[in-house]
Amino acid sequence: MATGQLRRFWDEFAENKVAVAALFVVLALVALALLAPLIAPQNPYDLSSLVLSDSRRPPGFVGSKGFTHWLGTDAQGRDLLSAILYGLKISLQIGLSAGAIAFSVGASLGAGAAFIGGRFEAIAMRIVDLQLSFPAILLALVISALTGQGKLQLIVALAAAQYAYFARTAHGAAVAERSKEYVEAARSTPLSSLRVLFRHILPNCLPPLIVVATVQVANAIALEATLSFLGLGLPPTEPSLGALIANGFQYMLSGRYWISIFPGIALIVLIIAVNIVGDQIRDQINPGLRR
Amino acid sequence: MSEPLLSVYGLKTNFDTRHGLLRAVDDVSFSLDRGEILGLVGESGSGKSVTGFSLLGLIEAPGRIAGGSIRFDGQELVGASIDILRSIRGRRIAMIFQDPAMTLNPVLTIRQQMKLAYDAHQSGNTGDFTARALEVLSKVGIPDPAARIDAYPHQFSGGMRQRVAIAIALMHRPDIIIADEPTTALDVSIQAQILAEMRGLAQETGTALIWISHDLATIAALANRIAVMYAGRIVEQGTTAALIRAPRHPYTQGLLNSRPDRFPPKAKLPQIRGAMPSLSNLPQGCAFAPRCQFATDLCRSAIPPWSGTLHDGFACYHPLERTP
Amino acid sequence: MTDDFVRIDKVTRRFTQPTPWTEHVMARFGVEPPARTVHAVTNVSLGIKRGEALGLVGESGCGKSTLGRILCGIIPPTEGHVSIGGEAVTQGAKKATRRVQMVFQNPFASLNPRMPIGAAIGEGPLAHGLVSRAELAPYIRSWLERVGLPADVAERYPHQFSGGQRQRVAIARALAMQPDVLVCDEPVASLDVSIQAQILNLFLTLREELDLTLLFISHDLGVVRHICDRVAVMYLGRIVEEAETASLYDSPAHPYTRALLDSIPRLEADGSEAQFKAIAGELPSPLRPPPGCAFHERCPLAFDLCHSEVPLLKTIDRSDQHRAACHALR
Repeated sequence: MATGQLRRFWDEFAENKVAVAALFVVLALVALALLAPLIAPQNPYDLSSLVLSDSRRPPGFVGSKGFTHWLGTDAQGRDLLSAILYGLKISLQIGLSAGAIAFSVGASLGAGAAFIGGRFEAIAMRIVDLQLSFPAILLALVISALTGQGKLQLIVALAAAQYAYFARTAHGAAVAERSKEYVEAARSTPLSSLRVLFRHILPNCLPPLIVVATVQVANAIALEATLSFLGLGLPPTEPSLGALIANGFQYMLSGRYWISIFPGIALIVLIIAVNIVGDQIRDQINPGLRR
Repeated sequence: MSEPLLSVYGLKTNFDTRHGLLRAVDDVSFSLDRGEILGLVGESGSGKSVTGFSLLGLIEAPGRIAGGSIRFDGQELVGASIDILRSIRGRRIAMIFQDPAMTLNPVLTIRQQMKLAYDAHQSGNTGDFTARALEVLSKVGIPDPAARIDAYPHQFSGGMRQRVAIAIALMHRPDIIIADEPTTALDVSIQAQILAEMRGLAQETGTALIWISHDLATIAALANRIAVMYAGRIVEQGTTAALIRAPRHPYTQGLLNSRPDRFPPKAKLPQIRGAMPSLSNLPQGCAFAPRCQFATDLCRSAIPPWSGTLHDGFACYHPLERTP
Repeated sequence: MTDDFVRIDKVTRRFTQPTPWTEHVMARFGVEPPARTVHAVTNVSLGIKRGEALGLVGESGCGKSTLGRILCGIIPPTEGHVSIGGEAVTQGAKKATRRVQMVFQNPFASLNPRMPIGAAIGEGPLAHGLVSRAELAPYIRSWLERVGLPADVAERYPHQFSGGQRQRVAIARALAMQPDVLVCDEPVASLDVSIQAQILNLFLTLREELDLTLLFISHDLGVVRHICDRVAVMYLGRIVEEAETASLYDSPAHPYTRALLDSIPRLEADGSEAQFKAIAGELPSPLRPPPGCAFHERCPLAFDLCHSEVPLLKTIDRSDQHRAACHALR
């Protein structure tokens, strides 16, 4: 995109102070997640560093290793602050990877179907519609139950549950683009079908896809947390935010609120911030909502 | 001669946008007599449509009429109350648009829409209404109006829809109809039909017409007088015959020479170089100077004043000679 | 006719929408389904000699744009055959040649908004091996200059140009493919009058320099007269008249051509009121073309035969191959 366009886009974005704050929160959380190994007081995956006698301690407790657990510890004696930082990293990793895979697969399928047309388009889009009529969480549950535990399996399950949203959006946009004169011009040159699809049609379907992407990354993070909470996500040795919430859930009623609440807050802040940024981008890209 | 039906003096319409203040209509003056057809010609961005909308007070934020005067039949319209404007709009001054979809509601029959337009200004009984509706429909050349009045707009062709829009405009026997590119979207054979009917209507009903178009040839076929607009200003005005035969502003001449009709086949056309400047970035002085072969330093520093009357004149420091 | 470089041979194109199942059900109950086949082009044969400019005129829905797209290989014909210099333009539904290129009506739609104009001009020639990657940049620059644009704008995007400049880019993109034939579909109709003259002049120059064969589609008879050597008039999917430009404008044979010429207001140099005469009636729908001659409902000369039988193109004047399809002509 031309730099002038980007600049205008940012100027308009900057007018919404809430969105700018949300963008700042997202960037800060990403930075914290990336720097987790450097800033976390403890490596929560290193079982040898965990002290069982320090487990389930409240925030502010000074552990036997000599540092303060600002957010307390969980049932295994993990420092919750460190666990949240690492968990944030895993959640973002999975959410972004699943979103990226769903984006590529879905956009190619949707735009490709619109471009090829005929029976292929009809069948592909009916399958997509059928899938969209099921809740994504249900599909993700079934798929991850079939593939088993593990980061890769989880990403595949989430992508498989979410590509349909991208396919539907890309198809709609590509149907509008395919009859435009610049596509006719490219076909009449003639250029190869793949070139027309990937160099001409797809780039012009990007704006609505970017909007879907921001929403779907937030959804993927929430889905991952849900699956992990239900015990279908990652192994308990590598807890994501969802698994951390699940770990602490049984202690909620016994007054040890911090084990669930702090990871919960981190998750909510992340998802809300991503959604606010996404909403603002959607409003800016969708000319119908412009004042 | 008595006071003209409409006289516009120094009209300014501005739009306050992200890119600064756009002077879409700047110091526009003209007059219109009863039954006269005035052609307003200009290219896209010349301000011809905004002029039309300004006359009806239909300028919405961020636009506003920033100055000047519009006197219609002895009444000042700039700054007039919304009630006065409403009582005039549609009844005494009607408007038709390039796309009849702007005036026709797709879910109402022609009869219902005409009734709405009719009731907006007077409470006549239904007998009167139907008679009047059928009268105007047949006047604009709709065959078998009694059968077609209960049809929906989509059951008409583009040309017929435009006729319906014109019929609705005629309902209240307006003094003026402002037509904004009403035949541009139509085929040439249909355009000719509508032009012929409008000419007849103006003669027959005494309605004055302001015909806005980019096409000088269509305007020349219809109008008594032509005003040429460029970048928000009227640059030349005069009777059709005089303006076509002997234009005085170089832009008018450039427009005339841009059509191949007057030149032998395959001859190079004496084109105007460059393109119309954007309203957000107008040059100093005469807006046409950068494209004008006669421009001097004077043209590039000061806007040429209007020489002439509200009927006739030009705004140029170096007008073309008018040979008698 | 054997020396024709471009041959359009008995070309017919119909567009049929599939009938939804609801209408099959309705048909069972005796409800007649609406017509779903558009007869866009019917049995058209035309030839263009090398270096010749053929104008194709007619009103909307007459099939002139469809015929242009068939010649350019964008739409395959339902029946018939199109070739350039003996080479078929399409094979099946695929375009098989780069020898014909097209300039579209709307330069705001015909350029990819997300591709710099240099890339748009260069991608075709590069893909077809007309230029190597190393020579691409100077190649693009030379075409930009040729169409009257500064050579240093290759990195800019279409939205940074005015309508007239975009149309120049679109022309450069078509010509950079080094075609023999250029199809222009209303190339000046969406431009401002003063810009139209610039683009028409550009066409005249380029045609001369590059020895292009031109199919120039327009509803604007004045523009066609200025550019073209020969003109074909279409009405509802068929050619109704074809002749050399001067002959067609000076002595039109078909009543539709005559009516069309009469209905356009023209500027007379002496400033006398522009004269025009309107044709009565509406354009018939290409969904349900009337039987016989499609023009008979609007024609002042129509007689019985016109209602039942489609007139064929007859040669009126052999010297300039003036042909017209009208029963009223002897």
